[in-house]
Amino acid sequence: MSSSLTPDAPVFVAKTSGGRITDFVDQRVGGSGILREFGRKVFPDHWSFMFGEVALYSFVILLLSGTFLTFFFDPSMAETHYAGSYTPLKNVEMSVAYSSSLNISFDIRGGLFMRQVHHWAALLFVASVAVHMLRVFFTGAFRKPREMNWVVGGVLLILAMAAGFTGYSLPDDLLSGNGLRIIDGVIKSIPVIGTYISFFLFGGEFPGTMIISRLYTLHILLVPALILLMIVMHLFMVVVHKHTQYPGPGRNDGNVVGYPLGPVYAAKAGGFFFIVFGVVAIMAAFFTINPIWNYGPYDPSPVSAGTQPDWYIGFVDGALRLMPGTIGDWKVEQIWFGHVFTFNVLLPALVPAGILFTVMFAYPWIERWITKDDREHHVLDRPRNAPTRTAIGMAGFVWYCVMWAAAGSDLIATHFHVALNDVTYWLRALFFIGPVIAFIVTKRVALALQRKDREIALHGRETGRIVRLPHGEFIEVHAPLDEYKRYRLVGFESPEPLPAVPNEHGVVDRKEKRRAALSRWFFEDRVAPATPAELEAAHGHHAAPEPIETIEAAESRKTLSH
Amino acid sequence: MKALSQKRRHPLAAIALLLMGLLVTGGLYAVATTVNQAKADTTTYSASDVEEGGKLFAANCATCHGMGASGSQSGPSLVGVGAAAVDFQVGTGRMPMQMNGPQAYKKPAQFNEEQTKQLAAYVASLGPGPAIPEAGVLDEKGDAAKGGELFRTNCAMCHNAAAAGGALTRGKFAPALADVSGQHIYEAMVTGPQNMPVFSDANISPEGKRDIITYLKQIETNGSPGGADLGALGPVSEGLFVWIAGLGVIIAFTIWLTSRTS
Amino acid sequence: MGNHSDGSPNHSGTVATAGQNEVEKFQDPGIPPHRLRLADTDPRAAKKAERQVALLFGVSVVGTLIFLVAYFAIDLGGPDSSIATIRLQNALLGIGTAFAMLGIGTGIVHWAKALMPDHEVSEERHAIRTEDDRQAAVRIVDDIVEETGIKRRPLIRNTLLGAVALAPLPALAIFGDLGPRPDDKLAHTMWAPEDGKLKRLTRDPDGTPIKAADVTLGSAFHVIPEGLNELSEGKLNEKAKSVVLLMRLNPEELHPSPGREDWGYNGIVAYSKICTHVGCPVALYEQQTHHLLCPCHQSTFDLTQECKVIFGPASRPLPQLPISVDAEGYLVATSDFHEPVGPSYWEREQHVLIPNS
Repeated sequence: MSSSLTPDAPVFVAKTSGGRITDFVDQRVGGSGILREFGRKVFPDHWSFMFGEVALYSFVILLLSGTFLTFFFDPSMAETHYAGSYTPLKNVEMSVAYSSSLNISFDIRGGLFMRQVHHWAALLFVASVAVHMLRVFFTGAFRKPREMNWVVGGVLLILAMAAGFTGYSLPDDLLSGNGLRIIDGVIKSIPVIGTYISFFLFGGEFPGTMIISRLYTLHILLVPALILLMIVMHLFMVVVHKHTQYPGPGRNDGNVVGYPLGPVYAAKAGGFFFIVFGVVAIMAAFFTINPIWNYGPYDPSPVSAGTQPDWYIGFVDGALRLMPGTIGDWKVEQIWFGHVFTFNVLLPALVPAGILFTVMFAYPWIERWITKDDREHHVLDRPRNAPTRTAIGMAGFVWYCVMWAAAGSDLIATHFHVALNDVTYWLRALFFIGPVIAFIVTKRVALALQRKDREIALHGRETGRIVRLPHGEFIEVHAPLDEYKRYRLVGFESPEPLPAVPNEHGVVDRKEKRRAALSRWFFEDRVAPATPAELEAAHGHHAAPEPIETIEAAESRKTLSH
Repeated sequence: MKALSQKRRHPLAAIALLLMGLLVTGGLYAVATTVNQAKADTTTYSASDVEEGGKLFAANCATCHGMGASGSQSGPSLVGVGAAAVDFQVGTGRMPMQMNGPQAYKKPAQFNEEQTKQLAAYVASLGPGPAIPEAGVLDEKGDAAKGGELFRTNCAMCHNAAAAGGALTRGKFAPALADVSGQHIYEAMVTGPQNMPVFSDANISPEGKRDIITYLKQIETNGSPGGADLGALGPVSEGLFVWIAGLGVIIAFTIWLTSRTS
Repeated sequence: MGNHSDGSPNHSGTVATAGQNEVEKFQDPGIPPHRLRLADTDPRAAKKAERQVALLFGVSVVGTLIFLVAYFAIDLGGPDSSIATIRLQNALLGIGTAFAMLGIGTGIVHWAKALMPDHEVSEERHAIRTEDDRQAAVRIVDDIVEETGIKRRPLIRNTLLGAVALAPLPALAIFGDLGPRPDDKLAHTMWAPEDGKLKRLTRDPDGTPIKAADVTLGSAFHVIPEGLNELSEGKLNEKAKSVVLLMRLNPEELHPSPGREDWGYNGIVAYSKICTHVGCPVALYEQQTHHLLCPCHQSTFDLTQECKVIFGPASRPLPQLPISVDAEGYLVATSDFHEPVGPSYWEREQHVLIPNS
């Protein structure tokens, strides 16, 4: 049957050899269909959309440079005497892992460069993941249908931190060894099973001879594989959802406006990989990172001033520093029923990170519950147009930054000539009041910016030209906006508090009351977008010789919700 | 004599000679240092140095340290601190102190070398104490690797593994050691200025101190092989750098990338 | 900005001035008209952009060459290679890579920006899930469930669930040999006298014994137990528990609690160097204030109060090592620590020999 059909089917014969190869592949994998689907797919263009790509490209750089490093790194903790070319460590007793890290730095051409590329790219990887998540949060891109992708992104952040930490520990120098010792101390504080976990992780007592090779396996196998898996899921969902876009003329929840993948977007995104690589290369060329030769081999006796983790673990380290171990003469560490509850370690190590990640993961559902908003959102919020969400985000960010700063409390003290203890006291206070201040200030700033947008939408931009009217009055000429620019300022939603709704039994239950209260808190302070009627009125007023101040005052009274 | 000249050709002769030479220098050196330690040190200074130093002391230091350097409410007694302490404190400009504070800061020296020497002579004459080190231990030709080990064990926890300095309690700090002369480093170790512990010769031998100075000077002249060292402050400065410079440059590129060409 | 604290239901009615907003919204004017670029209208500008792109690609070639030259022409193993040589090679490799990468990257992007069409296009979004698909999927799942008969045969279902629930257990159990049981390993250190012989305090790192007379006022010794350096196995494990800081104060500045009067010698005292917080070495000794500071999290211990915590996150004082001198005048530990050193752990209380003072 089929043999008789084949001759009838229109047969395509490629003319060039390249064409024949393409055709060969196409007939076997159906590339044409894929290209037809994606070749001209539209992507919106905005600089703040690029951080996810920075993260992806950093990860590719990490895979490339990391592979190079594995060819020379030996994760053994066996004792050896350094015989490489760095004289200040000549013949010093050290582990094979540290010795091979030094050899990569000093005796393998390009080894130091690759190490620095790898470490800078790692810092950039986690930083760009973090900035990407901040962008997604503050623009409301996590809303339906992207809640699950937000969670996948959060998992990627945790995996990126895990990858970074396991890598930080590998050189087995004094810095990483003391870092592991802190981890060991934190693990031992876990009730009931802490001591066992510590012994199982280190293969016995700290430091043992197993930990580096175990972390190495996690670092080069398990964690990157999980990251890769999550990246695939993340990108798959990006394709399903299509990208979000900023509000503006011609953009709505039903379309996506931007450039086609081929050629413009593909060229920009592809070129951007080389740019990220180039920037990392410049950093690796001129700026030392993790000078392991300074720290010396790991030895449990010495320690260096300024022993800190890499930046992404810093907030946990900072929380550990901020927690007082004794309050007056009362010890935070408690002994109950003959067992030790090390709250001075447990609380700071688990609670702040726990709160941050729980709220982060749950936030899309929290906001969904408060707003009862089940619509799909593909147009982003400008942060000022969602003042409460922006304020919540800033409160969390400031809270994180307080702990982050605490991880450098000693350096703050030495560089600003203040007492170490005072830095800690201040940061302890800011730990509690910082987020509150940040919330209030951010919300006020966002509302003020919204009002400014209204003013501009209604009265046009200030031109700086002062004109004297025939009757003697001075006014500043305002240039009216064209309709596209105006739409940018007025084309947003400003939801109002959603009152409690009775359920099917006609009762307003307690949960619903709570929701309504939160909804009020979320939306009560609002600035409504300007309307055509208001614009009409504003123009009318402008014609009349009435002082502008009064109009504006009247308007703000009218448009505020109360 | 003849036998000796014959044995001179022996292949082991060179090694024997070398060993002998090392033993002699080492032995002499050991004698020299112990002698140096034992004597109360006034001998190296002339009586006029001591007298001039006494005058300088009365005019500049006695307000806090008391007449005869016996100490007061605002300054400790200097009897027995030795010439090394004076040379360190005055030579690095820490003394006279600008104002009372948690710690004296390094600043341009207030006295010239001659005056510093006279002050040292005066204070050394008050009681036995550590002397200014001989040039032999400051030649920076010790064993840098050994010095590094000693430095990490005894010094790095305050001064940082790369000698970039660190914080102590309540506004005190351990200073960075770059640009500090070997002599001052040595003197700091033997005298324990301010809150720094004393590292007597019984704790770290003069040879060990020489190694430490060798190590410090070597890493200082070497510089960092990886480029600018960002203050050698560790992950904090690296993190700040990647957030500000790294992400800053990348954001600049993203803005260019997504802007519209005119 | 007032707060609406009463929350009465009719209140929201006054807030909702929605009518006006919903009805009178600005109409979306649509995508702004496309503006032509210089290169779209002026062939010379296009030619110039083309040359710029080619130049950038050329820069990349130069970068690659710089890299190759730096790699092959600079010899790290050479007789006069030094840190400066490594620094030079690292910088040149980096510049080469940066030029090679940035040349390609900026070239492609410039090409895309200046010469490729820059018309914004609009694409319709499609429903992620259509009702039609949903119904079809439900039917398929129903059919599948029906064909397996799992609903009708609860025995199969329940035994399967049980089997699946238990199956991961071996996967957990197989990690049982990751490490030994902790037992009381954390409670002992090398300081315990061996065959009645007291361990001497020796200098870290060279292991030479310390005479009491060596420890002058104001000095701090970093101490390891005698014989540590000779251990062939587990040296770092033992060192991690047994490192000690030795200091001398005026005896009247020490205030030993009852039972600990003879733990020092003439004002010389020895304390564990391992922080009771999370285990960093508490090595920073301020000889005038007699404070010990941990550089990792800033726990501060007061030597004059038996290393009581006076600042920071640690909760317990540093354990003291009871010391004395032997017949030759060398400092020795009269016993092991009386409590486990370092960070707290769940079973710690059972390992404490005497209650904390």
